[in-house]
Amino acid sequence: MGKYVVKRILSAIPLMLVISFLIFMFIHLIPGDPARLIAGMDATKQEVETIRRQLGLDKPLMAQYFIYMKGIFHGDLGYSIKNNAPVASVILPRFKPTIILTICSMIWATILGVFLGIIAAVRRGKPLDYLAMIIAISGISVPGFWLGLMLIQFFSVNLGWFPTAGLTMAKSYVLPSITMGCGIMAILARFTRSSMLENLRKDYVRTARAKGMSEPKVILKYAFRNSLIEVVTVAGLQIGGLLTGSVMTETVFSIPGLGRLLVDSINFRDYKVVQALLMFFSLEYIIINLIVDIVYGFLNPKVRYQ
Amino acid sequence: MSTVTQTADEVILSKPEGRFKQFWKKFLKRKAAVVSLIFILLMIGVAVFAPIFLKYQVQAADYNNMLAGPSMKHFWGTDEFGRDVFTRLMVGTRLSLFSALISVVIGTVIGVILGVLAGYYGGIFDSIVMRCCDILFAFPDILLAIAIVAILGPGIINVIIAVAVFTVPSFARIMRSATLEAKEEPYVEVARSIGCSPRRVLWKHVFPETVQSLIVNFTMRIGTAILASSSLSFLGFGANVTEPDWGAMLSQGRNYLNSAPHMVICPGLLIFLTVLAFNLLGDGLRDTLDPKIK
Amino acid sequence: MGEKVLEVEHLRTEFKQEKKKYVTAINDVSFTLNEGEIVGLVGESGCGKSVTSLSIMRLLGDTSGRVTQGKILFKGQDVLSLSNKQMRNLRGGRMSMIFQDPMSSLNPVTRIETQMMETLLLHRTKDKAQARRMAAEMLKKVGIPDVETTLRSYPHQLSGGMCQRVMIAMSMSCDPQLLIADEPTTALDVTIQAQILELMKKLQREEKTTILLITHDLGVVAQMCSRVLVMYAGRIVEEAPVHELFYNHRHPYTQGLIDCIPKIGSGVRRLPSIRGSVPDLALMPAGCKFAPRCPFASDECRKNEPELLPYEGDPTHLVRCFRTKEVLS
Repeated sequence: MGKYVVKRILSAIPLMLVISFLIFMFIHLIPGDPARLIAGMDATKQEVETIRRQLGLDKPLMAQYFIYMKGIFHGDLGYSIKNNAPVASVILPRFKPTIILTICSMIWATILGVFLGIIAAVRRGKPLDYLAMIIAISGISVPGFWLGLMLIQFFSVNLGWFPTAGLTMAKSYVLPSITMGCGIMAILARFTRSSMLENLRKDYVRTARAKGMSEPKVILKYAFRNSLIEVVTVAGLQIGGLLTGSVMTETVFSIPGLGRLLVDSINFRDYKVVQALLMFFSLEYIIINLIVDIVYGFLNPKVRYQ
Repeated sequence: MSTVTQTADEVILSKPEGRFKQFWKKFLKRKAAVVSLIFILLMIGVAVFAPIFLKYQVQAADYNNMLAGPSMKHFWGTDEFGRDVFTRLMVGTRLSLFSALISVVIGTVIGVILGVLAGYYGGIFDSIVMRCCDILFAFPDILLAIAIVAILGPGIINVIIAVAVFTVPSFARIMRSATLEAKEEPYVEVARSIGCSPRRVLWKHVFPETVQSLIVNFTMRIGTAILASSSLSFLGFGANVTEPDWGAMLSQGRNYLNSAPHMVICPGLLIFLTVLAFNLLGDGLRDTLDPKIK
Repeated sequence: MGEKVLEVEHLRTEFKQEKKKYVTAINDVSFTLNEGEIVGLVGESGCGKSVTSLSIMRLLGDTSGRVTQGKILFKGQDVLSLSNKQMRNLRGGRMSMIFQDPMSSLNPVTRIETQMMETLLLHRTKDKAQARRMAAEMLKKVGIPDVETTLRSYPHQLSGGMCQRVMIAMSMSCDPQLLIADEPTTALDVTIQAQILELMKKLQREEKTTILLITHDLGVVAQMCSRVLVMYAGRIVEEAPVHELFYNHRHPYTQGLIDCIPKIGSGVRRLPSIRGSVPDLALMPAGCKFAPRCPFASDECRKNEPELLPYEGDPTHLVRCFRTKEVLS
């Protein structure tokens, strides 16, 4: 098991480095001269050159990359042109809303998704199965931003139950969480169902019944306990995507989170912030995949005892 | 030797017809998928022929009738310039549906070629393709599209490129593993052992076996692509807001959510139904093509 | 002859194929198991052996099958009329079962001890520590050398033979009166197979358990059973004591099965095989189900189905054939 964990971690490091380099390169590919941008349109050529040297933009690309990476480890992510502040100080306050939203939507989506999936598998071909699967396929197909707008219109504007935008109170998180979790709930419901159907056909489930075990126990302790390994994997991978899902939700609900910041920064061509956010999102995605891999190994005795 | 190859060919050639009839019979039993297919064909018809039968011009403004709700005159109401929403949505089918189709086709072709070749030849080529896929996978779908549009700038062409790029790795992976599986099939071994050239084995024997998973994923991916491109348009990274793109219209309508909710409801509903149709069709195809997965 | 443990009368099980279309998997199956005997149930794959056993255990639930006719009496009690809860009390307790593939019959994500204790906690004791002691004792009984390690193991850490020993220990742990063993050795190596059979025989002798041994291997039958039921296309075609079956069988299908056993010293002669294959459940022939493959079939055989009747008045030897005289042993 220890070996497995170490191997996984080691294999993720080169990927992280390659990706950070690619993002760095991408940002440099964007047309426009950052030195000119900072200096202003009417600056002299000399002034631009000075700023270029100050920013280290005259050095070769590889050197710039190393300087940037070194900076990351010291908490220096560059300077945000739009906010006139270090990137780190722009990003940090944006974490909280996004993370709270992610956790809230993950919790309800996992519970409901898994529940629907089990019910559908157990009641296969019956009305409950169809109902659950209609909910699930709708959840996958609905555009999140539209769902958000509809929820605002109905629950906030018409009924006045929730605030329409921003994060003024605990209630503010309800509609965004529903919007954000909808797709994951649907994916998990479908996945849990197919995994459960597969496991319910397995020989050991028949053994459990032959032991005289009651049906709910057979379903939970045998079929679901085996499905759980795969369900955790899929659910974990969704968290990685969720932080990005925040882009749409935060835009619709005007929430000052990371996703919203990304959209705003792209619109304002604040590329140091875009670069930092892209790095963060993709590294976070890799790290969560890594954690999921390790948890998978831990849940699966075949991997754990090798 | 040559006679043996011939019979093998005959078997392969005679297979599709019988298979197709069987498949069609099974497919017709899946009501949801059949309805979805009809809906999709209808949408494609609309996309092609819309300008012929529509009452209004796409850009025809009517300043006496701004933000009007649905009525007999304007089926789904009008927008902030008094333009007919129904007309714009129908014409928008071209932009939204076709841009999704084009991007998925491009992504699929590239992904399939890379995946099949990687699976069949293995070795360094395989490693390179798969590592590239790993890298692309390290960006969650929509983030990758946003990143690409951020670099290339907004616009419908760039959205198509972005969606195509994030379609590639999933197809490459699916086709690679399908090819690896098909390579182990006994009849492929047989074809190789009777001296078929690798290329012939690859396209005549291995590729047909992978078509099933290809069709299913292609269908599902179109739904994802429509969602992705309308999301990008909604964020303002996609089609120009003056164009009748579903996502762009929704984004515009958002400003009038209180006074003219139909401007948000209608485009959103259309996106939802179209994506739903592709997903249901994909589900139906998977159930008919692969009896193992239920 | 001891007390009757299981009486199956005219059992018929059907499977739902499509909407409102049923096919009969087994029909008119009747037999009796007496206390302390091992009875073999043989036949080709797909002849309804497993369906019979699952019908008795009422484990058809996860398939589309259901019993539509007949009676199953366990110790005189009608199994089919029991409530689900009463049935659960019976299963794993007084009536238990082991399956063909021991590796996949154990839950891969829980330890052996948990799985063994489950059965005991359901039927024998409420005390966990006692259940564990009983499990350990049972493992010792089935000849597992390192009981403690095995208890702490996961199924994938054990070999196929070990897993089957665990399965046997588990199914015998509550002193069942009836054990249904569905091809218990088919998935195992030949050497392991002999060990497992020996073990089952030993336990059966000690515990006086009645065993219904389902197999397609006549060698296993010869080694283990006192009586044999031969099944073909969902019907019992011949029933006889083991010696009688091997040396004085009267059904052409039984003869076919026995002819298929290679014999040492028979030279390089080609091994005979029964021509054709088991008929499709949906397309059963009208008369005797074996007629299309039978070398002795007459017009009568193709028109009417024979009944299972005593051969020459011997109540222990039943045959379902019109032309018993033709079949030469």
